[in-house]
Amino acid sequence: MTNHWIDLKNSDVILAIGCNPAENHPISFKWIEKSMDAGGRLIAVDPRYTRTASKADIYAQIRPGTDIAFLGGLINYALQNGLIHEEYVREYTNATFIINEEFDFQDGMFCSFDDQEKSYDPKAWAYATGPDGKPLRDRSMKEPNCVYQLLKKHYSRYDVDKVCAITGTRREDYLKVAKAFCGTGRPDKAGTILYAMGITQSTHGSQNVRAVALLQMLLGNIGIAGGGVNALRGESNVQGSTDYGLLFHILPGYLKSPEFDNVDLKSYLEKWTPKTKDPRSANWWGNTPKYTVSLLKAWYGENATKENGFCYDYLPKRMGNYSYTKIIERMGQGGIEGLVCMGMNPAVGGPDSNNAREALGKLKWLVTVDLWETESSIFWKRPGVNPKDIQTEVFMLPAASSVEKEGSISNSGRWTQWRYKAVEPVGDSRSDLHIIDEFYKRVKALYAKEGGAFPEPITRLAWNYGNGHEPDVHLVAREINGYFTKDTTIKDKDKTLEFKAGDQVPMFKYLQDDGSTTSGCWIYCGSYTKEGNQMARRDSSDPTGLGLFPKWSWCWPVNRRIIYNRASVNPAGEPFNAKRPLIAWDALEKKWKGDVPDGPWPPMKDEKEGKYPFIMLAEGHGRLYALDMKDGPFPEHYEPVESPARNLLSPVQTNPVVKLPKNVSSDTGKFPYVGTTYRVTEHWQAGAMTRSLPWLVELVPDMFVELSETLARQKGIGNGDMVRVTTERGSIEAKALVTSRLKPFNVGGKQVEQVGMPWHFGYAGLATGDSGNVLTPTVGCANTGIPEFKAFLCNIEKGGRKG
Amino acid sequence: MGISRRKFLQGGALAAAGVALTGKPGEAAVDAPELRTKGLKTTTTICPFCSVGCGLIVQTKDGRIVNTEGDPQHPINQGALCPKGGALFQIANNDRRLQKVMYRAPGSDRWEEKSWDWALERIAQRMKETRDKSFKAKELNKKDNNEYVVNRTDGMAFFGGAGLDNEECYLWTKFARAMGVGQLEHQARL
Repeated sequence: MTNHWIDLKNSDVILAIGCNPAENHPISFKWIEKSMDAGGRLIAVDPRYTRTASKADIYAQIRPGTDIAFLGGLINYALQNGLIHEEYVREYTNATFIINEEFDFQDGMFCSFDDQEKSYDPKAWAYATGPDGKPLRDRSMKEPNCVYQLLKKHYSRYDVDKVCAITGTRREDYLKVAKAFCGTGRPDKAGTILYAMGITQSTHGSQNVRAVALLQMLLGNIGIAGGGVNALRGESNVQGSTDYGLLFHILPGYLKSPEFDNVDLKSYLEKWTPKTKDPRSANWWGNTPKYTVSLLKAWYGENATKENGFCYDYLPKRMGNYSYTKIIERMGQGGIEGLVCMGMNPAVGGPDSNNAREALGKLKWLVTVDLWETESSIFWKRPGVNPKDIQTEVFMLPAASSVEKEGSISNSGRWTQWRYKAVEPVGDSRSDLHIIDEFYKRVKALYAKEGGAFPEPITRLAWNYGNGHEPDVHLVAREINGYFTKDTTIKDKDKTLEFKAGDQVPMFKYLQDDGSTTSGCWIYCGSYTKEGNQMARRDSSDPTGLGLFPKWSWCWPVNRRIIYNRASVNPAGEPFNAKRPLIAWDALEKKWKGDVPDGPWPPMKDEKEGKYPFIMLAEGHGRLYALDMKDGPFPEHYEPVESPARNLLSPVQTNPVVKLPKNVSSDTGKFPYVGTTYRVTEHWQAGAMTRSLPWLVELVPDMFVELSETLARQKGIGNGDMVRVTTERGSIEAKALVTSRLKPFNVGGKQVEQVGMPWHFGYAGLATGDSGNVLTPTVGCANTGIPEFKAFLCNIEKGGRKG
Repeated sequence: MGISRRKFLQGGALAAAGVALTGKPGEAAVDAPELRTKGLKTTTTICPFCSVGCGLIVQTKDGRIVNTEGDPQHPINQGALCPKGGALFQIANNDRRLQKVMYRAPGSDRWEEKSWDWALERIAQRMKETRDKSFKAKELNKKDNNEYVVNRTDGMAFFGGAGLDNEECYLWTKFARAMGVGQLEHQARL
């Protein structure tokens, strides 16, 4: 989230698209209702009439996978009706930037597509630059090749009738949404967009998110109280686990994991440190060398020296894509011997589950670390297989629960909150921290004793977390924050700061690229300082009244509660909305008041020291037009890989840079219905954490499939009947839940029915049932690889497996 | 850490519970909250389910969790919880929780109970064998036909992390990269 949960109360209009907070983030509704009590309006856009929709002022039905059409239509509506926040757009976004003449968009395709490789060359989309190397701009936004004009042209195709023909939304509902949400383009109004997996789980998921961001930038809704682009994340610490780089392409703090041709530290930094020729751009990623070197110092301690490139050679270099589905694919081909699952359940949680379960059987060894038996840990005795045929050696390690250990987790609003140990772990279970510590120490001992392939990255790793039986979590938290490795003097404007070796670094602006500081994750620098553990704070003061609670826990970056907040003021530093000032420049004291600002510099109007607000981009301006997306600078509508409809906007049916797997089918004769998966309040994710809790099992005991009354009539299916749902990947059985909450979509004048189901079930635990993901396809977003769980084609028949 | 009983009562949660049980505010005291909470140790925690980050208080007696409920002082949830958060108690007290290290030999149809020491040593050996066997010091790039130093272990993958604490995630990524594991992925990719 750019903002945070409590901030929802500050919104005038809340647009929930591709999420269902009343169901999946129930307590968020406390703050949504607070907004509604004060006159705010809630809009729910969803294929189903959800719990959120039932509370909404406006509900608009949308066919799964058509979000870009829906949002593109809103972008067009705002532009055509003069509803954008013009000063914001002109000053803070790249609307005024001129694009080089090579750029083109024709018949659904951007220029520079390589048909063999199925990829674009984004160089063709670059800004036009002047002799000083700075991007050329036209502040009148009239130049035909400026971003504003290109944007206007691109989305002029997304008129209301075309959009509704694609999305299946009723015209009057769509217009209600457009009028209400685009009405927040005024400086005194705040609109927020909430989204979750309905937006990300798509072959154009990243572009869905970009469409959200584009609309919010046009309306001046990013950086303000009550605004923002707010991803409602799924797990209690998925924000933290992402921050810490548990993904193949990143290291902690969103540093890039090195690629094969970043042959040494110098070439790595050269490649990944963005540059700008504009002194008014803060270009915060220009600090990449400081954060990288501080990370390497945290990992390799005294062994990391300037001479050896701070042990950069010890990091693995990637060549290719090792995203989740690619790993499962390699596993299925026998290319992987060992897998460790720390609280993850690939037998249920990933797409095409039957295939994933088969792949687990190709492993030589599998370690699962969990609170429970999961479908992954007992895959070798799952229904329908003979354990004798599976040669995988399986270790099932019992893990401590959240109340049996101490540490921090980061919520969706980036609040990092400390948890305490209430009791000892049950039985012989141990904390994950303890287990990882044992993995490391034992592997290290083996390498020290026996030698082996390139042992140094392991044997020379700095791993100093106390002398206790278990690692001291506070020492880990202190290392994450970072400390000075030697006595250091830092000049910060008119102040001279003295630090001693071993002092905690107060904030990341003091991190250095010469080895004098460490930081295990630079964005968390400031979380554990000389003043102690900031994440454990419980001061409930709220000086702005906006619900920022600046002394409750700690949030990255630098305890800034709403990011990009310099965009909430005009170039003179005055809040756009005087009623809800987030930050304001005090010209007398020459400092910002309110939330922690996005950098200390004076307002943009200050010709010498002022900076643009979008500090993480080299050009300092929000990107209405992107330079580095794999599938184009503007989000463009394509159909899901399995779709009942032809693309009405262009002859290009699906995202052209996404390669299609074999086991997908858009044969509507065989699979006439749109399938989609989702979650319920009473269960969680792959189900291990809830399907063994009697209270929750009593509430939702069985796997079920929802279908409309019309489809039920047509198929002779009654409520509670067993049904079988089939896709090109496989079939499942479940109880039918016939409901008026599901309605067919109008697709090109034809009624297309939908079938919906939760994906929480599996064959392990107290409550068992077939897994929704047996049905879903292994095809993912062009940029992230996140699978298209939300839109596929299926058939439904009365009767279970035997039926 | 810890919340005094007085502060806790200021949140009104138990008082309200008393009202709900007896129906009459005047009789709330009959429910005698001080008896129920006597001798309890209270700590705070954050819900392990969704990402809202609701606060809970956890009350223990004789090393067992006897009560969990919404933290009335927490600014996000102000004492409220959803059904999952309300069921945290049953994670801590649940017969189905794994209590022992279990092992399944190749081709076997059953679990065997093992000691931590046995299992961890064997896992460390497996990790080392796989790493030594599959470690790639160099890799050929087919596009330019050059060999590059990659120092990567391709025979092993590490999954998971969204259910771990930050400090655990940090050691997990540090360990993974030191092992040369490029195939490090978790729930954020799904």
